[in-house]
Amino acid sequence: MSNSDMVHAHQFDDFAQQHEASWNGMWVFLGTEVMFFGGMFAGYTMYRYLYPQAFASASNHLDIVLGTINTAVLICSSFTMALAVRSAQLGARKPIMIFLLLTILLGTVFLGIKFTEYYQKWVEHLIPGYDFSYEPSLARPAAIFFSFYFALTGVHALHMIIGIGLLTWLIVKAWRGRFSREYNTPVELVGLYWHFVDIIWIFLFPLLYLVGRHLG
Amino acid sequence: MNTQTMERRQHYLNVSYGIKSWLFTTDHKRIAWLYLISITFFFFIGGLFATLIRLELLTPQGDLVQAETYNKLFTMHGVTMIFFFLIPSIPAVLGNFLVPMMIGARDLAFPRLNLASWYIFILGGLFTLTAAAAGGVDTGWTFYTPYSSIYSNTNVALTVMGIFTTGFSSILTGLNFVVTIHRMRAPGLTWFRLPLFIWAMYATSIIFILGTPVIAIALTLVAVERLFHLGIFDPAFGGDPVLFQHLFWFYSHPAVYIMILPAMGVESELITCFSRKRPFGYGFIAFSSVAIAVIGFLVWGHHMFVAGQSVHAGMVFSLLSMLVAIPSAIKVFNWTATLYKGSIALDAPMLYALGFIGLFTIGGLTGLFLATLAVDVHVHDTYFVIAHFHYIMVGGAVMGYLGGIHFWWPKMTGRTYPEPWARVAALIIFVGFNLTFFPQFVLGFLGMPRRYHVYPPEFQVLNVMSSAGASILAVGYILPLLYLIWSLRYGAIAGANPWRARGLEWETPSPPPTDNFEVTPIVTEGAYAYEKEPEEVYTFGEPARV
Amino acid sequence: MKSEHILSVKFYASIFGILLVLTLSTAGIAFIDLGGAWNAVAAIAIAVGKALLVVLYFMHARYSSRLTWVFAAAGVLWLMILIGGTINDVLTRESITLPPLS
Repeated sequence: MSNSDMVHAHQFDDFAQQHEASWNGMWVFLGTEVMFFGGMFAGYTMYRYLYPQAFASASNHLDIVLGTINTAVLICSSFTMALAVRSAQLGARKPIMIFLLLTILLGTVFLGIKFTEYYQKWVEHLIPGYDFSYEPSLARPAAIFFSFYFALTGVHALHMIIGIGLLTWLIVKAWRGRFSREYNTPVELVGLYWHFVDIIWIFLFPLLYLVGRHLG
Repeated sequence: MNTQTMERRQHYLNVSYGIKSWLFTTDHKRIAWLYLISITFFFFIGGLFATLIRLELLTPQGDLVQAETYNKLFTMHGVTMIFFFLIPSIPAVLGNFLVPMMIGARDLAFPRLNLASWYIFILGGLFTLTAAAAGGVDTGWTFYTPYSSIYSNTNVALTVMGIFTTGFSSILTGLNFVVTIHRMRAPGLTWFRLPLFIWAMYATSIIFILGTPVIAIALTLVAVERLFHLGIFDPAFGGDPVLFQHLFWFYSHPAVYIMILPAMGVESELITCFSRKRPFGYGFIAFSSVAIAVIGFLVWGHHMFVAGQSVHAGMVFSLLSMLVAIPSAIKVFNWTATLYKGSIALDAPMLYALGFIGLFTIGGLTGLFLATLAVDVHVHDTYFVIAHFHYIMVGGAVMGYLGGIHFWWPKMTGRTYPEPWARVAALIIFVGFNLTFFPQFVLGFLGMPRRYHVYPPEFQVLNVMSSAGASILAVGYILPLLYLIWSLRYGAIAGANPWRARGLEWETPSPPPTDNFEVTPIVTEGAYAYEKEPEEVYTFGEPARV
Repeated sequence: MKSEHILSVKFYASIFGILLVLTLSTAGIAFIDLGGAWNAVAAIAIAVGKALLVVLYFMHARYSSRLTWVFAAAGVLWLMILIGGTINDVLTRESITLPPLS
């Protein structure tokens, strides 16, 4: 399908207005996502203030090696996503698909590592409500830490799964030749979403994994 | 002659027929109708719960329903009315219909997203109705933990899923409005030429966008704690139930501004039209809308004065709550000043508008009593609070909604409603409302707690007055339902501008064509030019045919 | 208006490189006791730095309209209001106590 067939949506006056509106719309949506995660950040902050020792101790039970690797993996996926957007801006069909595929791959690696960590936690009896076992003097607030760990990373993982779905949809569209120099808005918008999910992890990593490393 | 012209002329209602043309529409005007029918349905469901509550409260004993059932009744009344009627009402019905028209656009920025919003709203409603049918919820619409997250044996998870879902619907509506207002104004339509209704919708949308996600996560965490036995709010783990209240009220306080700001927007349109005057202090009213939205996010702790929040936080929230009253007061003063030396017409929309000023003022002032920390300690969780918020939400928001429905009914349907019946209904509502809720101020002050189905016998007289008022109010609400539906078939045909109002929506036929305007309008002046004729204010490529 | 600003692969790669360095740094610094709350401050500061790089360059906020900055800033500001109001409560639970009833 050639792009001279593309017509802007009827409510807009031209492609420029349509693009601007879509760009604005995605940023507004990301604002709502900040507040959605924000509720959990507020709760986390409260309990870290109230139970510093338990949080530090519980945090040290997370695998910092896997956590660091995962952070690097996700940042790399943001890099490949940025390159996908760049390819879309240049109208380069094959590179778009390649970079989107790489992004999906890296995202999948992230999720694989994440679920491995979840499994480890289950084996170590660190899932609150399911045979939770911890040093008695810190057990209760440690359970709060792990509740937030699973809530935060769980919601984050859900967002990544949705993101991978969106990326797959983009690959299909790219394969069908829907993107060009003139029209690549969906790639840009999914890119914004993906980078946002990366930013959430950029904060989750120190808040969950690096609380008490200096305390040994 | 007129009838024939209207029937032959194509407009958004007759451009296509059949259920699919409605269920798959992307026309903001049709979507407004989808919402109108849905929220009316939920209004009467919520009214049904209210009826049962007021029937029980006719007598001091708990003789109609058991305590557990009563808990479910007031919970479901609150949930239905707030999330499925009040919050969507003006934005999703009048906002959807009018925002594109008032700014000279063909539709909202994202029409398909708009339709998705409605479907998501319906899905949320289905979850909640299912929960109600399956036995309801008894936590109160506030879902306080740990009762909601651990101890209640009712359908909490399903209900919060419903609220979460409908909340998402409102987020998308807010997103749509914000982008539309920024990007799709007609040529010449600068921000300070916008109708105040648009300013109100913009301010409301800010709250939709920044507040709703927080209640979404708060309720999600309740469900998660309930289903997976995690420790988030549970005191047994060292969790703090007050954390839930912070997250809940961070949204739910601004939510009350979601409910009143649109009605204030309607108010500005009605007062100006029926005084035939520009609004007094346009800029102040516009900025006040935004100020209410912003400051409204800083005061949520005034719901938590006795919850276990620190005294220091209580003082801060009390002080900030005084601030938020200022922009509301500015608006009331400005509307009143607009009336002064105006050419007042007492059509039904104006009756609602005048009622709004009085009732909102009472509601707002009693809000200040509640914001005063020391007073709130005594009247918190009493009927004083209930009276306060019903004065605002029913005396204010619902009257604003009804006033708006009547005002724009000719535009939406091409028909006029029977004015005598409308005026009678408005008066019945006003009388019924005050009889229902004024006694509740007294009851609360005397110490009758809320959410109790039994009360000391000395409170019975006031309760009977309240229930009697409720029956009158019910009649008042049923009347518009009847005559508005009647008018769809038998009402007189309306022209483009039956009220001789000013505004772009009046410069196009009633009902409007699908794309709203034959030609994009060009705006050269501000809104509310009541001292001029419309032709002096708006220009088009060629005149729109009526 | 978001300008059609196409950044070079090399530029994106440098941002990526800096982000990796910051990631390793924050993990490393975590093991050094900086005293009191400074570990938390350092970790958050580095995270904010990384987030800014992603927002400005990967998300092209640097080259976007002021409206985009307003939307982004509003989200952050509102998050601060939420956390601030909640923490203000928790921090001051003991600071004002009511006198005994007798």
